[in-house]
Amino acid sequence: MGRRILVTGLDSFWGGRVAQTLEANPGVDVIVGLGTGEPSVALERTEYVRSDQTYSILARIVKATKVDTIVHTFLVVDSNKIPPRNLHEINVIGTMNLLAAAGTSGSPVRQVVIKSATVVYGASSRDPTWFKEETPRSESHATTLERSLLEVESYVEDFANDNPNTIVTLLRFSNVVGSDIITPISTNLAKGIAPRISGFDPQLQFLEEDDVTRCMEFMTLNQIPGLYNVAGDGRVPYSEIISICNATSIPLPPYGTMLFARPLVKLGIMEFTPEMEALLRYGRGVDTRRLKETGFKLRYTTAGAVENFIRAVRLRKTIGGAKNSYTYQQDVENFFRHSRVVSQEQQDAP
Amino acid sequence: MEIRPRATAKTEKGALVPLPRQFFEPPPEDPRLSDVDEWGRSDNMRSIIRKIGGGLYKWWFRAEWEGLEKIPQTGGALLVANHAGAIPPDAPIIMHGIEEELGRPVYGLADYFFRTLPTVGTMWARLGGVTAHPDNAYRLLHDQEQLALVFPEGTKGPSKTYTDRYRLRRFGRGGFVEIAMRAGVPVIPIAVVGAEESMPVLLRIPAIAKMLNVPYYPITLNHLVFGPILGSVCYFPTKFKLKVLDPITFDVPPDQERYSKGKVMEEAERIRGYIQETLYEMLRDRRSVWFG
Repeated sequence: MGRRILVTGLDSFWGGRVAQTLEANPGVDVIVGLGTGEPSVALERTEYVRSDQTYSILARIVKATKVDTIVHTFLVVDSNKIPPRNLHEINVIGTMNLLAAAGTSGSPVRQVVIKSATVVYGASSRDPTWFKEETPRSESHATTLERSLLEVESYVEDFANDNPNTIVTLLRFSNVVGSDIITPISTNLAKGIAPRISGFDPQLQFLEEDDVTRCMEFMTLNQIPGLYNVAGDGRVPYSEIISICNATSIPLPPYGTMLFARPLVKLGIMEFTPEMEALLRYGRGVDTRRLKETGFKLRYTTAGAVENFIRAVRLRKTIGGAKNSYTYQQDVENFFRHSRVVSQEQQDAP
Repeated sequence: MEIRPRATAKTEKGALVPLPRQFFEPPPEDPRLSDVDEWGRSDNMRSIIRKIGGGLYKWWFRAEWEGLEKIPQTGGALLVANHAGAIPPDAPIIMHGIEEELGRPVYGLADYFFRTLPTVGTMWARLGGVTAHPDNAYRLLHDQEQLALVFPEGTKGPSKTYTDRYRLRRFGRGGFVEIAMRAGVPVIPIAVVGAEESMPVLLRIPAIAKMLNVPYYPITLNHLVFGPILGSVCYFPTKFKLKVLDPITFDVPPDQERYSKGKVMEEAERIRGYIQETLYEMLRDRRSVWFG
């Protein structure tokens, strides 16, 4: 029997991507996608359900669709322009409802995959060069975003303890760059600018966006339990990333950094989040040896991911942004999925 | 006007969407531009500093080694030395000397405080400085079989006043012994004579240290002789003598969750005594601070 998978955040970047990747898999029978808005990517056979951001209807969906796996991609990992209130609702309350739905007695859910981020480790001068999965963060003060993700992870841990028969996969992804993803750091680099803190040249790890979806797919299909760091090989100095991208650096003073950065952010010149301030000062490295033991191989190294990203940016600058040719139209999608006149042969074409 | 045959257009399920894996181009090679390694150390930067600092090492401090052959050519080892001088010159001298003589990189484990300083922190990392975190030490010594240098006295060594010269401070809580035990590598003690007199601390001003958020704020003899600014960077040309002592191995299995605190403290104390005795011996033989 094939897998029945529920993907959250179908309208967001990662949800759409993961659903696309899973669709290509013949071993997956059913994909149900939850989103607050309509999906922005073309999907062949994923069933879209609209929900609010805290998934209050999730328990009903799980019961009705008998999904065996929930892939939770809808966690905010960049505190960029999102109000703290909303952040809490999406991350903490959303995950709570999701885990509650997955953990009710008689629940058909056998695996939960959660997409977290290495930002939970923070960044401080006391950090080890490489964080292992079990190394605690050294900085006690956490930003709003970090606090919410830490809370999410603690719920996940409780869930794993309470449901020993459910496979719980918690993935901590490092900063992602790629041809399509937009993050505060990639926005800056795509513009050709790079805010940096004078006197600091932190070492960073990057991950290619396709490696993220590939990793989520791998963990889901192979049903691998556990907590894993996912990051590209190598820790590359920020100065080197700036030169790979051929960007102009904007030096910020090492003291009172946020004070100087805030007006520039307000003016829309650059992006600079509280998490970036710590990251661009001390950098962060995560140990990915545990991930490698599972047999999963990343295609890109840190420097390779950055190179790939900037190549995509150059192309876009020349030919203009890719036109989003896809608009979700419910009646059309319903027709293709459910109408009897649509040839089954076409649907099941090898 | 069919350009593509129908069959190939429908080969993949979900071909509506260009899937990431179908990219034909292979992933790019690792396009690194600099030689900064995962620890932040750069060989180029080190060789530049070796050229500049080489003269200082050779002509100013006239560093002289004894027992360098006790440091292994391969495999991890934890180098442990005494620490002195307001801005201690012993760390760069040991690192430079071993790199020159043995051609092996040495990673200096030091307090995280360095990382908080702009420019200094970055330079420190490029020259082989690593935060003294147990995970870092284990990875360096056990996984990568490198040489790591540590000063167990910490800041208590360089901050001590001239009247206490060559009297080793407490060796912390013996964390370095535990690391060496866990990594299964020997501890190689090094006794250094000359650092104390190169920048002697006359007094410390705790109020300023607190204000600047630094571990200690010293007033040195160099400040009095060369003035407040030049005195912070100019060392006296003392003669440096470094003696590598016999490697110490521990008869405990590696990779244990924890080691008996008593055993760890005992070994730390033994190493401390060993270096202290050697220092006294070296000082007995020393005729002049300047000429050895």
